[in-house]
Amino acid sequence: MSLLTTILVALLALGGLALIFGLILGYASIRFKVEGDPLVEQIDEILPQTQCGQCGYPGCKPYAQAIAEGDVINKCPPGGDATIKKLAELMGVEATSLDAAHGKEDVKKVAYIREDECIGCTKCIQACPVDAILGAAKQMHTVIVDECTGCDLCVDPCPVDCIDMIPLASNASAWRWDIKAIPVKQLS
Amino acid sequence: MQTDFEQVIDKLQSKQQWDFPGGVFPAQQKELSNQTQILTLPLAQRFFVPVKQHIGVEGHVIVVAGDKVLKGQALSKSMNDFAVPVHAPTSGTVIGVGPHESAHPSGLPELTVEIEPDGEDKWHELSPLQDYQNQSKMTVLAAICDAGISGMGGAGFPTHIKAAPKKEVEFLIINGVECEPYITSDDRLMREHAWQIRQGIDVLTHLLSPKKILIAIEDNKPEAIEAMQVACHENPQYMVCAIPTKYPAGGEKQLIQVLTNREVPKQGLPGDVGVIMHNVGTCYAIADAVFSGKPLTQRVVTVSGHAVNKPGNVWALVGTPIEHLLTHAEYQGAKQPQPKVIMGGPMMGFTVTSNQVPVVKITNCLLLPTANEVADTDNEQACIRCGMCADACPASLLPQQLFWHSKAKELEKAQEYNLFDCIECGACAYVCPSEIPLVHYYRIAKAEIRIEQDEKQKADKARERFESRSARLVKEQEARDEKHRKAAEARKQAMESNGNGAKDKIAAALARAKAKKRQANESVDNQDPPIGSIAQQPSTTAADPSANTSSNERVAAAIARAKAKRAAQTQAQAKATGDAGSSDEHGTEIESAANESTTQPVDDTPIQASENPVVAGPIKTNEKRANEKLEPVSENALTTGTAKPLPVALAESLSVEPAIAVEAEQKPPITELKVTKPRVTKARVSKVITTEEKVSPASSGESLTDKQIDDASKKVKVTAAVAKAKAKRAALQKAKAEDETVDVPLTENKEEQQLDAKKRRIATAVAKAKAKKAAQTANTNNKDES
Repeated sequence: MSLLTTILVALLALGGLALIFGLILGYASIRFKVEGDPLVEQIDEILPQTQCGQCGYPGCKPYAQAIAEGDVINKCPPGGDATIKKLAELMGVEATSLDAAHGKEDVKKVAYIREDECIGCTKCIQACPVDAILGAAKQMHTVIVDECTGCDLCVDPCPVDCIDMIPLASNASAWRWDIKAIPVKQLS
Repeated sequence: MQTDFEQVIDKLQSKQQWDFPGGVFPAQQKELSNQTQILTLPLAQRFFVPVKQHIGVEGHVIVVAGDKVLKGQALSKSMNDFAVPVHAPTSGTVIGVGPHESAHPSGLPELTVEIEPDGEDKWHELSPLQDYQNQSKMTVLAAICDAGISGMGGAGFPTHIKAAPKKEVEFLIINGVECEPYITSDDRLMREHAWQIRQGIDVLTHLLSPKKILIAIEDNKPEAIEAMQVACHENPQYMVCAIPTKYPAGGEKQLIQVLTNREVPKQGLPGDVGVIMHNVGTCYAIADAVFSGKPLTQRVVTVSGHAVNKPGNVWALVGTPIEHLLTHAEYQGAKQPQPKVIMGGPMMGFTVTSNQVPVVKITNCLLLPTANEVADTDNEQACIRCGMCADACPASLLPQQLFWHSKAKELEKAQEYNLFDCIECGACAYVCPSEIPLVHYYRIAKAEIRIEQDEKQKADKARERFESRSARLVKEQEARDEKHRKAAEARKQAMESNGNGAKDKIAAALARAKAKKRQANESVDNQDPPIGSIAQQPSTTAADPSANTSSNERVAAAIARAKAKRAAQTQAQAKATGDAGSSDEHGTEIESAANESTTQPVDDTPIQASENPVVAGPIKTNEKRANEKLEPVSENALTTGTAKPLPVALAESLSVEPAIAVEAEQKPPITELKVTKPRVTKARVSKVITTEEKVSPASSGESLTDKQIDDASKKVKVTAAVAKAKAKRAALQKAKAEDETVDVPLTENKEEQQLDAKKRRIATAVAKAKAKKAAQTANTNNKDES
């Protein structure tokens, strides 16, 4: 067997293997193709879903989309630093402080309609992004506190300014333990 | 592998137990409070009964300010399975229902019923269940629930749920361990009320049907063990187990491990390993509720610590402000540099925020330590990784890892280290040489995780609502667009169809107009030739009289005469009455019949055309055909006028007969006719005159001069021509008018058409008749001339 034949056999064997694996890989890339863009979903998961639009986008999902397309991550005042931290981790960018142009982090609030002043114009109902306001035309409106995200969007449209944003009262079940509240008890 | 029942029993009968990992041995301070009997305190000035004193959902308050309540009267109502009611601790007046500082580390205000006692302590009507064994389990459970009993060991889980297990129960464990140092409330209760506790255990046994009842008491409470043994000795199912003193042996999972060597799975319940555990205090309350009908309104509270002069146990009514208890225990708060009141034990308790905080169903101890008893709080040092906390942990966790992650807020990692399996016993903090308050870090982390989960849940809900709203808005917008599109389409279609309708109408009108024009033309054409022929006839006949056969001529003449008569009759129709001459009547009938037969198709076609524009073409042809059909008739009528052989058409035959009769009559002296006819009626006079006029040339031909005849025939011809012209003009006008009246609604059109048709028919008939008369006159003239 000449040297040429040996080289030829080796080339054929390697070429054949390359072809087989290429085919397998090609098939796998089609067969196990990942659908959709999971990044937007992941970002949307992190965002606080107040749908307040303070970021300049009409809701959390559009902002998630924008972040996925390269927008900055510090435009979400309701999420605050915690959200920025998580986003930074997810996107692999540096966590910056909240952009003051979009507002500052505030305590959680809910809308409250002073019901005797409500004229039943339904403007706040149309403004509410999560359908948390109940009412009908010329009927008194009221806020479903559990559904309110505190987005502030209903305040401006109200023609009689009867909507207040009230800080959410803390209750025992949602109470954050304060390390200083309880002294360490060390028995002698 | 789970230790099986026999193994457990064997081991327990040999006075041996298993052990749980870790645990600590804090200094026991039980002697401080367990030496005296449980005292009953006088009533407090005010009672604050929180509506929610258990794990689960708060009930619905059923009293308002100003209500008089009796001791044991329910203040709230269970709204679901997880809610138990609260009861008035004494008789008195409800002062208000509102927020009040809670028996919670936060001290946050919670809904509380404030009662001012009237001092009588009068019981509400009680309904005991003496024969509970004959009652259904549901009734007993309901009684327990209505009595407001929830776990009195510390967690406050509603007892009626724990007493109705879904799984088979092997062991009912009665927890009398009370492992916290200082606390002696269960100890004293067992010593003094062992019998009633046993009654409570009996009720639970009835409800749960366990194989074995284990009453677990730490061996540092020999009096309690003895008392319980005495109370339970008659029932072999009951076994009092003395277990070694080690903190936290009283923890549910730890006690199960000690007694049965079974481990409650992560996120599982004791029921998963065939065990149900109840506190001795709960058993006492159950006995109270079932045998005397008394709801849970009081409990034993240990008031202990070196800062009180009279430590001990008291029966505290639920809702009593702790200040009342402290006063009676002679608390030396003023002497303390850092006065603090701890609710619960030193290991797991918390500092209360105010001395107005009420005693609740799970309050087992008020600890009032001196500064020596409790270490300074700001002594926390860095973790030195000594690992003592891991050794002490009864749940086999890694406290230092949990500490790192909790402190760094790496909550996910903390959860990976099973943060939620921590029972917050405080053993790790107790052994920590760096005095790190480990449990507090865990509590903070746990709270944050819970809040985060809540927020996540809320965010998910908000997202869902936002998305469904967006979807709804899009849908509404689409629906609106669709509606608009449809409306536009409908409008367009309506316009088109209207346009179509208009087109149809135009087409129909055109068709109609054409048909009419053609008809008119035809009638004119038809009329023309006869007149022409009539006009010509006289000349031809005049030119060649010999060519005409006398009989033919006579028949033709007769027909013409008859027609002339008929025409005359038509003219006089307005004046004519019912008793017109028979020949005249016939004539009218025939003519009207003929009219009908000719006009019908003309009437129908426009309607059809407008109704069915697509078939306009065929209809036109139909029309044409109809016209063609008509043609022979008119031709016949005309040919009769042009002296053809005997007509075949019915109308003609009918009209011929009287004509012949007239002819026959004509042969006898006509003067007779003239004489007789005027006599009949006045109406007939004019007719008679016309007939006379017509007949006169024939009858009195000899008497008339040629000139006269010529004049007469000329006159007739002129009138016929005029009539013809008029008829033509009328027909044209009508066609024009109909062209203009395209948009007139169908019915109107139809009516108009009918009217027009009638008019036209009359006009044509008149014209025809005139023409015929003229022809006839010409004929007669010719005949006369010949």
